[in-house]
Amino acid sequence: MRIDDMLSPAVKSIPPSGIRKFFDIVTEMKDAISLGVGEPDFVTPWHIREAGIYSLEKGQTYYTSNWGLIELRKEIAAYLSRKFHVTYNPKDEIVVTVGGSEAIDLAIRALVSPGDEVLIPEPSFVCYKPCTLLAGGTPVPIVTKAENQFKLTPEQLKEKITPKTKLLVLPYPNNPTGGIMNKQDLEAIAEVIRDTNIFILSDEIYAELTYEGSHVSIASLPDMKERTILINGFSKSYAMTGWRMGYAAGEPTIIGAMTKIHQYAIMSSPTTSQYAAIEALKYGDDDIKNMTKEYNYRRRVIVDGFRKMGLDCFEPLGAFYVFPSIQKTGMSSNEFCEKLLYEEKVAVVPGTAFGDSGEGFIRCSYAYSIENINEALKRIERFVRKYI
Amino acid sequence: MEQILEILEKDNRITPEQIAVMLNRDVDDVKAAIKKLEDDKIILRYKTLINWEKTEKEFVTALIEVKVTPQRGEGFDKVAERIYKYPQVKAVYLMSGGFDLTVIIEGKTMKEVALFVAEKLAPMESVLSTATHFVLKKYKDEGVIFEDKEKDDRQVITL
Repeated sequence: MRIDDMLSPAVKSIPPSGIRKFFDIVTEMKDAISLGVGEPDFVTPWHIREAGIYSLEKGQTYYTSNWGLIELRKEIAAYLSRKFHVTYNPKDEIVVTVGGSEAIDLAIRALVSPGDEVLIPEPSFVCYKPCTLLAGGTPVPIVTKAENQFKLTPEQLKEKITPKTKLLVLPYPNNPTGGIMNKQDLEAIAEVIRDTNIFILSDEIYAELTYEGSHVSIASLPDMKERTILINGFSKSYAMTGWRMGYAAGEPTIIGAMTKIHQYAIMSSPTTSQYAAIEALKYGDDDIKNMTKEYNYRRRVIVDGFRKMGLDCFEPLGAFYVFPSIQKTGMSSNEFCEKLLYEEKVAVVPGTAFGDSGEGFIRCSYAYSIENINEALKRIERFVRKYI
Repeated sequence: MEQILEILEKDNRITPEQIAVMLNRDVDDVKAAIKKLEDDKIILRYKTLINWEKTEKEFVTALIEVKVTPQRGEGFDKVAERIYKYPQVKAVYLMSGGFDLTVIIEGKTMKEVALFVAEKLAPMESVLSTATHFVLKKYKDEGVIFEDKEKDDRQVITL
């Protein structure tokens, strides 16, 4: 018996990660400095951690409702209305998940059947494609371009729509490019979607980290709410990655279907984390403001640094990543990252980790202190000067 | 202005050039703004926060609650002035509540501080009473926690 033959074909259809080898080298190199992480450097604000601790002290260690604590869902509804002007009924239009990632998986599994096509703008976060494949769907990448600020354009969208298109993923603000979609951009997308049967998975996990203007959710546009699954969470905005707290909001039939999967796969999200999340939503607005201000300083420093060393660097307006082009060095993304690691001991992520269209780019996170960023920039500059 | 102050308050080694990038402003504007803040005595001094406990230096800090009689026409200011002019006095605050002035003093030994209170502070004409509290350990000062944990616990790379 070959065990490999026994694996599910859906799992086997997921290609192995092309940068595994690179990650292994990075992990082994002990004294490298990194711009490689996809999570905040801030520790969760103390009042939020304390709320989690109190809940443990009070013995709140049981399962919650499959949907999540009603008090938390009410706070989420209030937050979405206060920040993004979309209203959801906490009773049946919101489900609390184990991070935004679970919500993405649930949404795709609830909607996608074998043969359905899922449109995925790329470069983008790594999970949309495998989740689609696991559901038996067909991922259809849409390559976004630096000259369009890595936005999804209505023309590109129209070109890829077929009678089989079921779902459009809207990953903005975007990891890894830092691109955002403003209201006007979203209106153009809504215009294309309006006369179709296509649903939208709007992954808004970086919504709070928007540096010019405020984030707009496509769910707030006319006719879009009932066909949008809005996904958000606490990881990036409140620096709560390890708590694994996310949620999805949308039309009750879809959220109900997602909750059915969640109920059997997960039961309920971690109770301690849910109590901490309530505190975050009630009293955390200032934390977000302070952290965003700090990220914005760093964003300007890092963009300035890359431009000064002669690389083309699109100005990111969201998330905490820059995505400079390294084409001028003549190296591939993988080659650049490996050499940079060996020669200057700086770890950054090859753009190809986020889809083939990431070739020629690197992702650098600025979830680091200014000191760390300055040191990394100094080393990258020394490296780049050797090759261009 | 406020943003420049916030940045410098956290780390005064950050150069005007860097601040200009951080705030998306012109370098000369930032330099001029800092100059003005210095001239207006809004920026009083650039200092360094030191955890002296990790050094060999021996010294003690005391917080003294002082009750005073305000003086006609001059209120508390004149008394405060007579106190803060002593170099060993690090800080003087006018307080609401159970006493009037908080005086923070540093000395080489407890005896030195006690002598200062007994010989200089308590005998002042308008001082009614003093209560001296010695600092045993500093956990946090100026917003900085005095422990060593400055390690990045995150994985080197995550997507």
